[in-house]
Amino acid sequence: MNASVSHIEVMRSQLGRARGLGAGGSGVGHWWAERVSAASLLPLSAWFVVQMFRLSGAEHAQVVKWGSKPVNATMLTALIITTFYHAQMGLQVIVDDYVHGKAHLPTRILVKIGTSLIGLLGVFAVIKLVVAGSSRKS
Amino acid sequence: MVEFRLPRNSVIGKGKTYPAPAGAKNVKTFKVYRWSPDDDKNPVVDSYELDLDTIGPMVLDAIIHIKNDVDPTLTFRRSCREGICGSCAMNIDGENTLACLKPIKDIKGDVRIYPLPHMPIVKDLVSNLDGAYAQLRSVEPWMKSDSAPPPDAERRQSIEERAKLDGMWECILCFCCTTSCPSYWWNGDRYLGPAVLLAAYRWIADSRDEHTGDRLDALEDTFKLYACRTIMNCTQTCPKGLNPAKAIGRIKELQLERKV
Repeated sequence: MNASVSHIEVMRSQLGRARGLGAGGSGVGHWWAERVSAASLLPLSAWFVVQMFRLSGAEHAQVVKWGSKPVNATMLTALIITTFYHAQMGLQVIVDDYVHGKAHLPTRILVKIGTSLIGLLGVFAVIKLVVAGSSRKS
Repeated sequence: MVEFRLPRNSVIGKGKTYPAPAGAKNVKTFKVYRWSPDDDKNPVVDSYELDLDTIGPMVLDAIIHIKNDVDPTLTFRRSCREGICGSCAMNIDGENTLACLKPIKDIKGDVRIYPLPHMPIVKDLVSNLDGAYAQLRSVEPWMKSDSAPPPDAERRQSIEERAKLDGMWECILCFCCTTSCPSYWWNGDRYLGPAVLLAAYRWIADSRDEHTGDRLDALEDTFKLYACRTIMNCTQTCPKGLNPAKAIGRIKELQLERKV
C-alpha cells in the first residue's frame, strides 16, 4: 500500500452502481444471430470441404469453371458472408470481455470494419471468379 | 483490461507454520490465505498442521479448531454449519464451496483454503459481497402483483406451477457460483452473475408474479444477462447442486420467444 492515503473516488451507493445506466435493451439479437450463423456454417463448411477434395489437383481453368457456376458461386458467397459475420460477433464477445474503458468502443468499431473488409474481399474474389469464368466461355 | 497478474500489493507471500501437536498420528496440513487491512503487508499463506483424530470431519471443523485452539487471529464467516446459511463460502482445494459441507477426507494432499475469488477482501477468508448483494436487490427479488390477493387467503398456485420453482428456491445466496464465473471476474460491475440471474428467473417463473415482462426488460442487456458465455462454472461449483446456467438459458429463451 502507498504511504499517502488516497481519497475515495466513488461514494455512490452499491445499489446505484448495480443499477448503473439500466438495461440497454439489446443482446438477445446478437446471442441468437451467433447461434443461427454457427448452425448455418455446419452445412456450408461441409459442402466446401467436399468440393475442395473433389477439386484437388484440378487445373486453374477447371477451378474457374467450377467457381463461375451459379450454385457454386452462391454457396461460396454465402459461406464467406456467414463466416465473417460469425467472426465479427465472436470477436465482439472477446472485446466485450477483455477490453475495458476508453479502448472498448474504438476496438469494437475496429473489429466491425476489419471483418467487414476481409469478408468483402472474399465476396469480390467470387465475383471476379464468375466474371472470369463467363468471359472464358465466349 | 483483463488481469493476467495480481496487483503488486496482492502478491501472496509465505507465512508462518504452526506445527502439529506432539504425538499426533493423523496429520494434515491446512494452507490458509491471510491478509489484514490493519498492517501494510501483502497477503501470506499460513500453514497449520492439524491432528485429524482430534477434530470433526468437515473443513469448517478444522477452521474452527484453528481459531479456537491454534491461532485466534484467523477471521472467517460461519453460522449454521449445515449448509443452509451460506456464510462459510470459500475457495477450498481450488473450488468454491461451503466449508461446512466439504469433507476433509475428499481432499488429496494439503488443504488449500482461500476466500471467494476476485472480490475485495475484508480480512483473511472474508470477502466483501456488498456489490453482489446490491445486484440482487436491483432485480427486485420479491413478488410484484397488481391483482389483489384473495381476502383472508394466500395466492394459490397449482402443483405444476409450484414445481417450476424447484431447483431455485433452494439457493442460499452463498455466491460460490458468481465468484467462480470468469465473466463476473472481468465484468462484475455490469454482469449480474449466476446467483442473481437465478434469483431473477425464480420470479420470472413464479406463476403468482405479474411483472414478467418488466423483469425480462430489465435484464435485456449486453452485459447484465448476455455477458454469460455458458462457461458453466456456476453449475459445476454450486454446493447445493443447483443449475444457475439452466436458469440463465431459460431467460434468454424467453427473451427470444417474445421477439419472434
